Amino acid sequence: MSTIAHPSGAGAAPGGGGGDASRRNFLYIATTAVGAAGLGAVAWPFINSMNPAADTLALASIEVDITTVKPGEQIVVTWQGKPVFIRRRTPDEITAAAQAKLEDMKDPQADSARVQKPEWLILVGICTHLGCVPNFDGKSSGHLGEFGGWFCPCHGSQYDTSGRIRKGPAPKNLGVPNYVFLKDTVIKIG
Amino acid sequence: MALYPSKFKNPLINWIDARLPIFTLMHHEYIEFQMPRNVNYLWAFGAIGMLLLMTMIATGIMLAMQYTPNTLLAFDSVEHIMRDVNYGWLLRYMHANAGAFFFLAIYVHIFRGLYYGSYQKPRELIWILGVLIYLLMMATGFLGYVLPWGQMSFWAATVITNLFSAFPVVGDPIVTWLWGGFSVDNPTLNRFFALHYLMPFVLLGVVLLHLSALHITGSNNPLGIEIKGPQDSVPFHPYVTIKDLFAFSVYLILFSVFLFFMPNYMGHPDNYIPANALVTPSHIVPEWYFLPWYAILRAIPDKLGGTVMMFAAVLVLVVLPWLDTSKVKSLVFKPVSRLFFWVFAADCILLGFCGANPPDGIWVVAARLGTIYYFAYFLVALPLLGKFERPRPRPASIAEAILKGGGSVHAHAATAQPMEKA
Amino acid sequence: MMRTMKSIIFAAAAVAVSFGFTGATKAHEGIELPEQAWAQSGPMGRIDKAQAQRGFQVYKEICSNCHSLNLASYRNLKGIGFTEDQVKVIAAGVQVQDGPNDQGEMFMRPGIQSDRFVKPFANDKAARVANNGALPPDLSVMVKARHGGEDYITALLTGYAEAPAGVSVPDGKYYNKYFASGTIGMPQMLFDDSITYADGTKATALQESKDVAVFLSYIAEPTQDERKALGIKVILFLIVFSGLMYACKRQLWADVH
Repeated sequence: MSTIAHPSGAGAAPGGGGGDASRRNFLYIATTAVGAAGLGAVAWPFINSMNPAADTLALASIEVDITTVKPGEQIVVTWQGKPVFIRRRTPDEITAAAQAKLEDMKDPQADSARVQKPEWLILVGICTHLGCVPNFDGKSSGHLGEFGGWFCPCHGSQYDTSGRIRKGPAPKNLGVPNYVFLKDTVIKIG
Repeated sequence: MALYPSKFKNPLINWIDARLPIFTLMHHEYIEFQMPRNVNYLWAFGAIGMLLLMTMIATGIMLAMQYTPNTLLAFDSVEHIMRDVNYGWLLRYMHANAGAFFFLAIYVHIFRGLYYGSYQKPRELIWILGVLIYLLMMATGFLGYVLPWGQMSFWAATVITNLFSAFPVVGDPIVTWLWGGFSVDNPTLNRFFALHYLMPFVLLGVVLLHLSALHITGSNNPLGIEIKGPQDSVPFHPYVTIKDLFAFSVYLILFSVFLFFMPNYMGHPDNYIPANALVTPSHIVPEWYFLPWYAILRAIPDKLGGTVMMFAAVLVLVVLPWLDTSKVKSLVFKPVSRLFFWVFAADCILLGFCGANPPDGIWVVAARLGTIYYFAYFLVALPLLGKFERPRPRPASIAEAILKGGGSVHAHAATAQPMEKA
Repeated sequence: MMRTMKSIIFAAAAVAVSFGFTGATKAHEGIELPEQAWAQSGPMGRIDKAQAQRGFQVYKEICSNCHSLNLASYRNLKGIGFTEDQVKVIAAGVQVQDGPNDQGEMFMRPGIQSDRFVKPFANDKAARVANNGALPPDLSVMVKARHGGEDYITALLTGYAEAPAGVSVPDGKYYNKYFASGTIGMPQMLFDDSITYADGTKATALQESKDVAVFLSYIAEPTQDERKALGIKVILFLIVFSGLMYACKRQLWADVH
């Protein structure tokens, strides 16, 4: 007979001895394993309930009418709770974006890979540093970015007219959401 | 050199325990704590209740993340949980049915205490804390029932809060204060949600007091004879932990049958109709676990009287340890008292049926007789039975009873084995 | 052993009591509902998707003229076997109010999957005016909100009859013994061949009623099939686990008893 009373979980098998002990131990281990598997399975519904619900997922796409956006203007729409910038770029902005040297960039990517139509730049307006919303009009905050694009008020990341990170702590370019032109004047995002 | 040499092998546990003795505490309370070796499965229902309380707290926290306590949104937010939230239906049905199964387990626990005299000296405080737990359960259950904001929710809130209007002078101001307005409305729902979230933690605190009181006196047992030595007991772990977990697992099977195959069986269809302050449902009844109290409330043809009697019916349990004058705990040795007990148990069931049926004809008479017996059992029968019934002879100790009655071939091992524990 | 038996009896009695209570509360509804056979009833029962689709057709063509389905979205129709494309077509078939647009005006657009079912009336008051003062209730959780569920829906929809002698039926009301007050504001809506089913099912009034009851059963709880399927797995697991726990307990206590 062994002593009991050590807090070693279900393995603590009092009494018994010899060949009996291994049979007992097997039973306790099997039961513990099945119980642990059950507990693990129970945990999943609790965790998964905090993931996006079916109605949230169903709203994963929106349609935007861009008829009224003039060159040099941008509109901000909400997609999945995030701001999306839809900017109608001026010829100057397009040229600047296309001619910027990729080797100077932290996250090199050609402007042509970031737009479907050069005139329309569509970006997820979330700074890739820590999630603030960058301003395009840097003047209002007293910071005009050096690259003619967006300036993040939180930690000073600067993006160019293609939304690429050029300076500051952000590691990546502003994201481009999935979108399609349903018509020349209607975009479906998501 | 620690003041208290720790006994754990694991150095990390040892290190922590020498500074914060939680492991020693746990070890003392839940590992080496001595349980009478003759406890039966009825002793598992306290642990079952505890595990269900934890289930409800866990599901409740997840539900609170999705629920909106606003009269315009509450009903729809519950349906949002049911339809769109991942496993939301499971969490909500678990929460609602665990409530009913919590009450069921606690009723078994209470009646076990009544049968085996677990409230008697020296366990009076355990019992009184238990009554307090039960009152908190009632409050929490009621508050939670209001949250889905269906017709039953709304009218339950209206009727129950109106109970307080029975009190003279202060009644109406109290009700207005409870409502935060002149009817059950948004402020009421919002505060009920806040309180429903708070109460289970208060409940948990009182449960811990209930347990620490229990761990001073030790558990009662079917014989109602105290432990006299190591031969009478087994350590809590693994003997009782395994036994309780087995009982819980079986209980969960029954729970799952309701949860998955008839989740609304214990609910009421009217609660799927959004709250409407202009129409009262034709039959308004509380949840089954409140029906006996509801019967007592309606048995008295007077508003204040009914309310007072209903509260008195619960509160009489507080003084039960002094109403029962018997020196012998367990009804096993008191056949006459046992008979009265079973009539009392049947009486509670009868009152339940009275509460479920419309208060007319035979049900009124039955409810009144039931109420009279309910109070007479505590106030008359128990004091007198304790004085006049001569209990049958009792074994000298738990071990002796087992050796005689069980005739176990392992008896020698059993008496020897627990002595070896630390 | 005796003790164990006693405990079990005690627990069983407690359960029986809880059954008894709820049983009693349900018994005094008074009306005897004709019981239909439902594919979705019982632990192994599942929604008959073809039937639910027919039921959707009944709802769409007849019920939806007066009754809303506020809690349901068009995407929920995928749960009764409609494909993504079919659901898109169904949703696009309704006009949904959206807005305000950049001019500050509300506008109408074709529905999309994530839209809730469109309401027949702008608000309850409008619904009452159009229905002789009676409010057609929302049907989202109707199956769960009435004793008898699907049986009640079916009985009600087919339960119209001449009022028996001595029962006066007010103007604009109809006699229906399954309705709580005996007279109902809704006239009989489902007759033989009110609907032409695409799958060739004979559209009797009873068939239509049962079909729409199945659809409403699904809408009342779209997760019900998932719930029962999970339940069977959980209970099988618990039986195995309880068996193992019992073996452990026996082993452990062998020396004590």
